[in-house]
Amino acid sequence: MSNPLISARGLTKKFGDFTAVNGIDFDVFKGESFGFLGPNGAGKSTAMRIIGATAQRTSGTISILGKDPELHGPQIRAHLGVVPQQDNLDMHLTVSENLYIYGRYFGLPRKFVKGKVDELLAFAQLEEKRDTKVEALSGGMKRRLTIARALVSEPEILILDEPTTGLDPQARHILWDRLFRLKEQGVTLLITTHFMDEAEQLCDRLIVMDKGSIMAEGSPASLIKDYSTKEVLELRFGSDRNQAVADSLRAMCDRIEELPDRVLMYTENGEALLEKIYAADFHPKTSLVRRSSLEDVFLRLTGRTLIE
Amino acid sequence: MSLIGIRQGSLQLVDVARVQSRGALYVAQSRIRQMMKWIWIILGFAIANPVMYLISVGIGLGGLIDKSVGPAGIDGVKYLTFLAPALLAQAAIQGTMDETVFPTLEGFKWSKTFYSMNSTPLTGRQISNGIFLAAIFRATYTVLLYFGVMWGFGAIKAPHAWLAIPTAIFSGACFGALMQAMAGKLEDENIFFTVLGRFVMMPLFMFSGTFFPLTSMPFYLQWIGWISPLWHATELGRHLTYGHVISPTMVWVHFIFLGSMLATGLFFSGRIFAKRLAK
Repeated sequence: MSNPLISARGLTKKFGDFTAVNGIDFDVFKGESFGFLGPNGAGKSTAMRIIGATAQRTSGTISILGKDPELHGPQIRAHLGVVPQQDNLDMHLTVSENLYIYGRYFGLPRKFVKGKVDELLAFAQLEEKRDTKVEALSGGMKRRLTIARALVSEPEILILDEPTTGLDPQARHILWDRLFRLKEQGVTLLITTHFMDEAEQLCDRLIVMDKGSIMAEGSPASLIKDYSTKEVLELRFGSDRNQAVADSLRAMCDRIEELPDRVLMYTENGEALLEKIYAADFHPKTSLVRRSSLEDVFLRLTGRTLIE
Repeated sequence: MSLIGIRQGSLQLVDVARVQSRGALYVAQSRIRQMMKWIWIILGFAIANPVMYLISVGIGLGGLIDKSVGPAGIDGVKYLTFLAPALLAQAAIQGTMDETVFPTLEGFKWSKTFYSMNSTPLTGRQISNGIFLAAIFRATYTVLLYFGVMWGFGAIKAPHAWLAIPTAIFSGACFGALMQAMAGKLEDENIFFTVLGRFVMMPLFMFSGTFFPLTSMPFYLQWIGWISPLWHATELGRHLTYGHVISPTMVWVHFIFLGSMLATGLFFSGRIFAKRLAK
């Protein structure tokens, strides 16, 4: 494998007594789509700001494009496209002006940026909104504009912090489509998310983070294989009965998790298990067989769900 | 929708050296572009403000004062002529304050645009300098308009009076730099605006020898003028516009005071911006 574009060892960031990122190690290689999956407050955004060569680390080492961000911040940022969690667009300016001024911040020639603005407006499906002030855009449009803005300098690495948080399902799918196309073109993507479906859709490889530390690393499929079973049976007996029933069902499957509203049973064959449960005279109010997801991996690793 | 033409990860387009030398200008350009969205409001105030002040205080109140002091005038001139240079400096100070404090709060807190700027090769110090440069731009045209109105009111007496224009802009720059550094530190702007308006701007305006010579004040209140950029700028402005007598030493004192304020403000503003962005 070639040299990593990003390599971190023992990366740590503290805010006073609070440790936001706790000694994490990872490598990201050219052209891959690398994810940071974890709940809010896991330290993903802080890690992203260090990779974005803006926030300073407290200890550990990190190399981005072969350079130390604390010594060569501007040189590294010249090759990054950053999509922050909050769309920090210039609300007073129009859609095209936002793209234009951002291109100028990279020192790109006026003529080049003007041409690039047209391309990016098409990419973000915002051609008709070219002269609209940003404050009048919908959430999905603002997000697409922020992503388009990050592409103005044709970056080698695109960093996306919670790219679809706050968007409706349709807007999310449009965004996933855009990101998938970029990935197909060989752009290295770094994505933080607390949505397991997003991580599964977009990431070749990911790390699962909780409380600043890495809990596991691998491809979505390998993580599911290593930390969960093939299928999951979700049963609801009513919130007052779930726990009592779970204790009786425990012996019937590989692993069982009790959540406030449902019981999760981990098994290689969900339908067969459900039949056994009915045969044993248990009668859940609802039942659902599904394949295991990264949500189950996270639950296994931390005992908690991703969205609490 | 097509991706034709979107190329990623191959070209190394960005000339970092160019950004390092011109970064602050790029920031100033975008800030001026924003400013242009409400330029008519700014220009309206820039003209209406001096006209109203010069008519009401300069001519209205000034008429009474001129009658009572007789031909000796205030500092040897009519009250309007005495007052106008102070208002010119005040206009510059107010203009730069508006264009440093609000964009700084906007950049760090309200829309967080400084964080997007800082995710490009721009540094915190360049962002600070760029915002400051745009404020100077605002101060420049505000002062030019004000000076024009002063001329229209016959408040310009000395041949080298035009030098009061750069002097007023300079005083605005000094105050603006300091305000920008302070705004860069702000977490809770509500208290800041109350303190700034009531306990800084208002006393500065009232106690800096704006409406009367500073020496008319009780001695124990004169220190407010000495530490006020407005007083230093007003003294220089009066010297330039109608020949108010100040010693060469005091000219140096005024410039050194204002210059130190500028250097301190810019130094700390750059540092505060860089530190806050790197948190």
